Amino acid sequence: MKYLILIHSNQQSLELWDTLTDEQRLELGRGHMRLTEELAESGELIVSEGLADPALARWVSVRDGETIASDGPFAEVKEHLAGFYLIDCDSLERAVEWAAKVPDAAYREVEVRPILDMSGWEF
Amino acid sequence: MGVLTDQPWEDLLRDCAPQVLGAVVRRYGDFDRCEDAVQEALLAAWQQWPVAGVPEQPRNWLITVAARRRIELLRNEAARRRREEEVAYAAPVEPPPATSVDDSLTLLLLCCHPALTPSSQVALTLRAVGGLTTAEIARALLVPEKTVGQRISRAKQRIRDSGARFRLPPPAQRAERLAAVHQVLYLIFNEGYTASAGPRLHRVELTAEAIRLTRQLHARLPDDGEVAGLLALMLLTDARRPARTRPDGGLVPLAEQDRSRWDAAAIAEGVALISDALARAPLGPYQLQAAIAAVHDEAARGEDTDWRQILELYGLLRVFAPGPMVTLNRIVALAMADGPAAGLAELAESALDPALAGHHRVAAVRAHLLEMAGDRAAARDEYARAARLTLSVPEQRYLESRAARLTPARRPS
Repeated sequence: MKYLILIHSNQQSLELWDTLTDEQRLELGRGHMRLTEELAESGELIVSEGLADPALARWVSVRDGETIASDGPFAEVKEHLAGFYLIDCDSLERAVEWAAKVPDAAYREVEVRPILDMSGWEF
Repeated sequence: MGVLTDQPWEDLLRDCAPQVLGAVVRRYGDFDRCEDAVQEALLAAWQQWPVAGVPEQPRNWLITVAARRRIELLRNEAARRRREEEVAYAAPVEPPPATSVDDSLTLLLLCCHPALTPSSQVALTLRAVGGLTTAEIARALLVPEKTVGQRISRAKQRIRDSGARFRLPPPAQRAERLAAVHQVLYLIFNEGYTASAGPRLHRVELTAEAIRLTRQLHARLPDDGEVAGLLALMLLTDARRPARTRPDGGLVPLAEQDRSRWDAAAIAEGVALISDALARAPLGPYQLQAAIAAVHDEAARGEDTDWRQILELYGLLRVFAPGPMVTLNRIVALAMADGPAAGLAELAESALDPALAGHHRVAAVRAHLLEMAGDRAAARDEYARAARLTLSVPEQRYLESRAARLTPARRPS
């Protein structure tokens, strides 16, 4: 089963980030690298990425067949996605174990979301 | 070389795969390296056979190539170790004798070793016993090739660390180890069966693969009632596949399926298998599930279904293999046999079980029973709740459409 581990960023976490020492920030980055390696080594990683600042985002819509790409309404954004791990593992419990290893989980909450699949069912 | 046979060579290759691996491991002992070597030999055959033709003795050809590849692997490893040791055991290049012993069962038991996680067991079984390439397995499981490759090498490392040897487990452990094999085969089957609703192009048919491997196991252990039951269950379930989805991918519930589209040959084979197993083997959970599937498949119309018999079979299954899905399915059978009120009463009790708390199927079953009882508003809410909680897209669409059907049409003002 596939799960997405989401690392959100919000005002609170940004304030927290400001209080970290350089060494703590480095260690957070190293923690992500270690986790990515560990996940890949166990055969449960699909992909993991960190996302650039939302100020660099483009918001895309199509109206009357025309594509409009605009800068985001970042002034109002209270919370945004900062990074994610897409994993494939045997259970939700296992996904939670991995989420607990995300370095950010030591500072704030990370989210685990099951991925929808095309599974059928019988009734 | 050069003899093209009438038999499709892909099938031949895949049938040979476990025998070749068995022969090579039996000769050299190092399972993980031999498995890599056989995989490379299979890839070589994939490249060469279509051009040069199938060799006269394909199994020996593969064994020879695999034995050579194994030595190359050893040499590479030795080179990597800066040749600190001589490659003493890399000397013999002559192929090991192709014994008549069939090692497929030993191999299957090793791939389903209890030290491995279920997903590793599945990947390793598909490659080592099924003869699939890592890329094919990755496509079938919808994960990247690298992920599968790592899963397989990790699995082999675990087997090595556990000290497991390439031999049949002692009789005392045989039943337990075989039960793990049943589970892995059924997992492979379900992986394919559930994914079949999606628009999956160029994917290996995992249901067909599971049936093929289970058929082989049944041929080896004809007196094992649970293997027969498992094969029957797969056949009887897969037989309904043509009627199970609409062209748009939407799911058709069992009661509404066009039964003329069911695979009659598969049903006949499944029914014969399960009847024979029930008559002469000790009862087990796969036989019971197959018997339930047979009762469904033998009903000419949905309303002809013998729910009383299904209810009895679920009662037995609850003793042999209790679990949340058995509980729920039994409640559906109870409602069909004795009316929705009986089902709803038992559901209210069962829903307190922590294993079922918050499970979408509790809501789905409740919705179904409420609809049967004529309580449309409550049924609609439960369908909607179930739709929110499920992880399956086709199921979600189905549940949403049931909810929509029960929503009163707005009157034009």
